[in-house]
Amino acid sequence: MTVLGSPAATRAPRSRGRSMPARGRAAVVLKYLSLVLASAVVVVPLAAILLTSLRTSREMADGGALAAPHDWFNLHNYAVAFTDGHMLRALGNTAFILVFSVSGTVLIGSMTAYAIDRFQFRLKKLVMALFLIASLVPSVTTQVATYQIVNRLGVMDTRWAPVLLYTGTDIVSIYIFLQFIRSIPISLDEAARLDGANSFTIYRRIILPLLKPAIATVVIVKGVAIYNDFYIPFLYMPDDNLGTISTSLFRFKGPYGAHWEVISAGAALVIVPSLVVFLALQRFIYNGFASGATK
Amino acid sequence: MSAPRTAGSRTIARTLPPPDATRPRTRPPRRRRGPRRASGARWFTPWLYLLAPLALLVTFTWLPVADMVSYSFTDWDGLSPTSNWVGLANYTDLFTRPQLFQVFWVSLFYLAASAVQICAALYFATVLSFDTRLRNLFKGILFFPYLINGVAVGFVFLYFFQPGGTLDTVLHWFGAGPHLWLGNPHLVNTSLAGVSVWRFTGLNMVLFLGAIQSIPPELHEAAALDGASRWQQFRHVIAPSIRPIITLSVILAVSGSLSVFEIPFIMTGGSNNSETFVIQTIKLAFNFNKTGLASAAAVVLLLIVLLVTWLQRVLFPDERVERS
Repeated sequence: MTVLGSPAATRAPRSRGRSMPARGRAAVVLKYLSLVLASAVVVVPLAAILLTSLRTSREMADGGALAAPHDWFNLHNYAVAFTDGHMLRALGNTAFILVFSVSGTVLIGSMTAYAIDRFQFRLKKLVMALFLIASLVPSVTTQVATYQIVNRLGVMDTRWAPVLLYTGTDIVSIYIFLQFIRSIPISLDEAARLDGANSFTIYRRIILPLLKPAIATVVIVKGVAIYNDFYIPFLYMPDDNLGTISTSLFRFKGPYGAHWEVISAGAALVIVPSLVVFLALQRFIYNGFASGATK
Repeated sequence: MSAPRTAGSRTIARTLPPPDATRPRTRPPRRRRGPRRASGARWFTPWLYLLAPLALLVTFTWLPVADMVSYSFTDWDGLSPTSNWVGLANYTDLFTRPQLFQVFWVSLFYLAASAVQICAALYFATVLSFDTRLRNLFKGILFFPYLINGVAVGFVFLYFFQPGGTLDTVLHWFGAGPHLWLGNPHLVNTSLAGVSVWRFTGLNMVLFLGAIQSIPPELHEAAALDGASRWQQFRHVIAPSIRPIITLSVILAVSGSLSVFEIPFIMTGGSNNSETFVIQTIKLAFNFNKTGLASAAAVVLLLIVLLVTWLQRVLFPDERVERS
């Protein structure tokens, strides 16, 4: 299990230095052309949003979607989006949900992995099957019934509803922990047990610290998923005061229907943190998704 | 989260390290086979760790599935205290609605988009696995859309597709005429499926790239020594080595294109022929209060997804992806 920091070192062989026939040169040109074209397809829609967010409402009336703003430091739209869109409150709500769900997921996932990997007990096969089959159920299909359960639990329209749902339905992170815990030698547990440590001490002092790379993976994968999730807060927290980043941005649609400069600023405000995190943690993010997405 | 607390309360003082056999035990563990037994643990110890995870699993996955199946045989509206057993009426209703075929037709657009997405991802992963300048920059640019908030993606593309928006402007430079990308019912699903390609190609690419990079370099070197062209290297070295992850991506694409929700919901709300299966279900349940019918629809979707997964297990039994 190589959760973090394995590839990148192993690269495909290099072909530089060999003489290149004309056909090879054409292939290289096509290769870079395709890469530049694909990058343009990714960047242009985002650039349009950025340019628009810097324009004044008067500038919006004339000039196309990709026209340059008159003043490149016109942050007026950002101020409007931030205050009128209640982005600070949204950030607070998202942070609350993020902290509780991510720590809950780490606890639940590591405890499950510990119990399943380090103990022999009756019904172990059944427990495994319950988790495995549940991972095949796409949660978006069961919302009709989950809604009623959240309602009956009395947490509807509170921040605990998403926390419970994110913590309780994440089977991918249990997989990540299970795969990783297998690489921790059992002799460590046994040595500690000989020193008189009980199972909880072993979990706390040996397993959890050694699971750090898996925890990093889960924090990244889960953190990105929660920051970007829309339908759980949309369904379970309709209250205006409980807007998250996603639902608060979604609510721009009504009042700013035609004011694309403000909507663009709001979208840019939401995208920038993702970009900063991506640039800072690139390597961890690639490896995290590579191990998270494939279960 | 009661399990860690319960477990913590029985922390034994670490003064005397008694040998394993003499540790106090209420009863011996029942089964002691396999190398991974935790000797000295009480029979209920693993259950203390599993208490909270199992409670959450049952409450938020198994109970909803069971409830959903039972609602699907009733005419419950989701609010009133009573409901009537209607047998299979919801299912017959579902399969005789003309809208049903519409939503499955829409899924086909997303399925086609997934095919484009997987091919593009495969191409870029292969290209980037060879020696390329600015490799990390290209990789980063192509992957970044996957990290963007879904609502932001929706707004970016509402602006992109709107009349006189980004796409029309760019097309104008090349002399092509404007289109009603989201307003034209014949075009809207292609546009929306295009957004899904934009958003998810990078993820597939990073997954494929990871798999390609774990191919032993000797294989590439041997192929290069034998004078294999890039296409031959791809065909005979890369493709066979990453087949499991391609299979997995195809399966995920099939179930993914059936459960598309976010982008069309944010961008069009399902109007103009762009309604997907999940949007229809959510609307039935929460806008029209037809919980029974919506549950039947969700059960059908769940069965299809399980069928697809099962087919994969039967058709490609050796290709379960287990990263090691």
